[in-house]
Amino acid sequence: MENIDNIYEQLDKELSMNGADNLREIRRGALEKFRRTGIPTTRHEEWKYTRVSSLFNKQLNLPVSGADLPFTREDLDALRLPGQAEANELVFINGLYSAAFSVIRSSGIEIVPLAIAAENEYAPIVKAHLGHSSKYHEDGLHALNTAWLRDGAFVSVKKSAVPEHPLYIINIADARKQHQFLQPRCLIHLAARAVLQVIDNNITIGNVDCLTSQVVEAVVEEAAFLEYYKLQHDAPNSSIVSTTHIRHVGKSNSHVVTISLDGKLVRNNLNIVLDAEHCESHMYGLYMPKGDDHIDNHTLVDNVKPHCFSNELYKGVMSDRSTGVFNGKIFVRQQAQKTNAYQSNKNILLSPEASVNTKPQLEIFADDVKCSHGCTIGQLDEDGIFYLRSRGISEDMARSLLLHGFATDILEQIKPLALRNYMEELINHRLELKEYEY
Amino acid sequence: MLSIKNLTANIEDREILKGINLEIKAGEVHAIMGPNGSGKSTLASVLAGRDHYDVTGGSVEFNGKDLLDLKPEERAGEGLFLAFQYPVEIPGLSTINFMKTSLNEVRKYRGQDPLDAVQFLKLMKEKMALVNIDKTLLSRSLNEGFSGGEKKRNEVFQMAMLEPKLAILDETDSGLDIDAIRIVANGVNSLRREDNAVLVVTHYQRLLDYIVPDFVHVLWNGKIVRSGTKELALELEERGYDFIKNETATV
Repeated sequence: MENIDNIYEQLDKELSMNGADNLREIRRGALEKFRRTGIPTTRHEEWKYTRVSSLFNKQLNLPVSGADLPFTREDLDALRLPGQAEANELVFINGLYSAAFSVIRSSGIEIVPLAIAAENEYAPIVKAHLGHSSKYHEDGLHALNTAWLRDGAFVSVKKSAVPEHPLYIINIADARKQHQFLQPRCLIHLAARAVLQVIDNNITIGNVDCLTSQVVEAVVEEAAFLEYYKLQHDAPNSSIVSTTHIRHVGKSNSHVVTISLDGKLVRNNLNIVLDAEHCESHMYGLYMPKGDDHIDNHTLVDNVKPHCFSNELYKGVMSDRSTGVFNGKIFVRQQAQKTNAYQSNKNILLSPEASVNTKPQLEIFADDVKCSHGCTIGQLDEDGIFYLRSRGISEDMARSLLLHGFATDILEQIKPLALRNYMEELINHRLELKEYEY
Repeated sequence: MLSIKNLTANIEDREILKGINLEIKAGEVHAIMGPNGSGKSTLASVLAGRDHYDVTGGSVEFNGKDLLDLKPEERAGEGLFLAFQYPVEIPGLSTINFMKTSLNEVRKYRGQDPLDAVQFLKLMKEKMALVNIDKTLLSRSLNEGFSGGEKKRNEVFQMAMLEPKLAILDETDSGLDIDAIRIVANGVNSLRREDNAVLVVTHYQRLLDYIVPDFVHVLWNGKIVRSGTKELALELEERGYDFIKNETATV
């Protein structure tokens, strides 16, 4: 058992020891940043509405590399999302990349331990892109992921490769005995003209509180296309802070859908860096906290180069005493002329104790751009409910149908059919809509 | 079929209906006419069960049941249908899926089995022809982005699907061009049977050229001040509502 208080000393000692490691320099820098900044408090502007410090009040178990795996392959089979039996699986167990459980089934895609990639032919890519997200996060939690970095994974999708099946990232937390603090890390590289679908899913086993601090960095080269689906419907004892950092370095596209249905505390940072001309990115989000859940989506689009397009639609339904947060930053640098950036955030509050904080943040330094943003917070439309009731539909069902309709345009953005159907099912189950097909 | 006795209703603290009496029998078509603000739409909404209004007195019996005691969805189950003056747009819910849910919920209320996909599509096809409505329109979100005419045709389509005993048409002609009025009226007429009835609420007489009423009632200031046959509608068209206002003022 280790506590966050002495993690600095431990890592400092580890990084002072002898032994070649190409990741040492970046980890050392991150550790210093962690020492300087610490775990963010609500005084930090980016963390104003999301309190993570309380998650560190308890003894946290940091997993050890090389420990015996607490699961068997059969355990894993039972946890897989339906319809993903053919997927390429990148498995993290307690935040550590598991080569034993990870499987590549398509051609043109490869998974290599990050420490090895940092030293073989992938070294230039790792050097150029690993840790790029840290420029966007001035907080110690993000830095700690890098400082702690061990058993990370590097995913390479070769030039012009179009893997037949998605890359399915499964983060499994073993919370049966101890509080776990997991810090999975991976870097995904899409070479020119590569096309990849990623499904990113967290699964917690057991009832003890656990916390995941995840960082995924992706690099998208010329004419490549990245689809990224992040699905959060984890156990009520699980909290997650995640950063998904997508950097477009050649004219390329991305399509990101983030669906958060469950989790005690969820904080998603999504960064899209448009670092080449004529990139296009679409971001969609649906968050439906219930009970005392807290779901926070912070998005950032950094328009570095001209002629890029980004579009963003996030929708939230807050019930019970839950809270939602949306913060959408659009940054248009001086040379990023002809930027088109759109953002919209819509929220429904289902109970008087539910709340949402929404904040668009546009910082525009170029003068020839089109940017728009809008946000709404409201309740379910009473006229709509009466209309459906007047057609024989019960009040509860009318509410569910309206909520389902509200969620539909986000669900429609999930392109893999098996995944979309499964999410539909989860949402119908949540809304208690079962009887007829919708 | 419908028996309204001395019905009074408020919106907030303002009295809108001040004692309505109306009897509708199976097979009849009634029209309620009146100037703006006379309480026509309030009456239609109260009958359908909108909780925006407080019923302060009187009774409404529908096929032997106390209508005011029923929830809106139960009224639909009992065979009451309101064609809305302003049909509501429901984003993300296709008309087809909405109709499937609506029809099967109503059937459930009536103790009938739900229709399977084949039966449902067959019925839908038949009723679509009735109001000249296109399938692509029905695949779209309910009423969202529909033109005024499309919304009203969609109302009559729903009515045809649900086969109500009493259909209340609230200003169904408002905003429609003459072709759309004809289509809507033909749809309504083709659904008329011995055992059902229609209540047309309208400001103007023109819809009544196509849906010919057996009885016409004039609503003014929350009360029915005059009842007659279809000739009354023509008289109103010619003389305007002022003559009624003047008459009632002198009484």
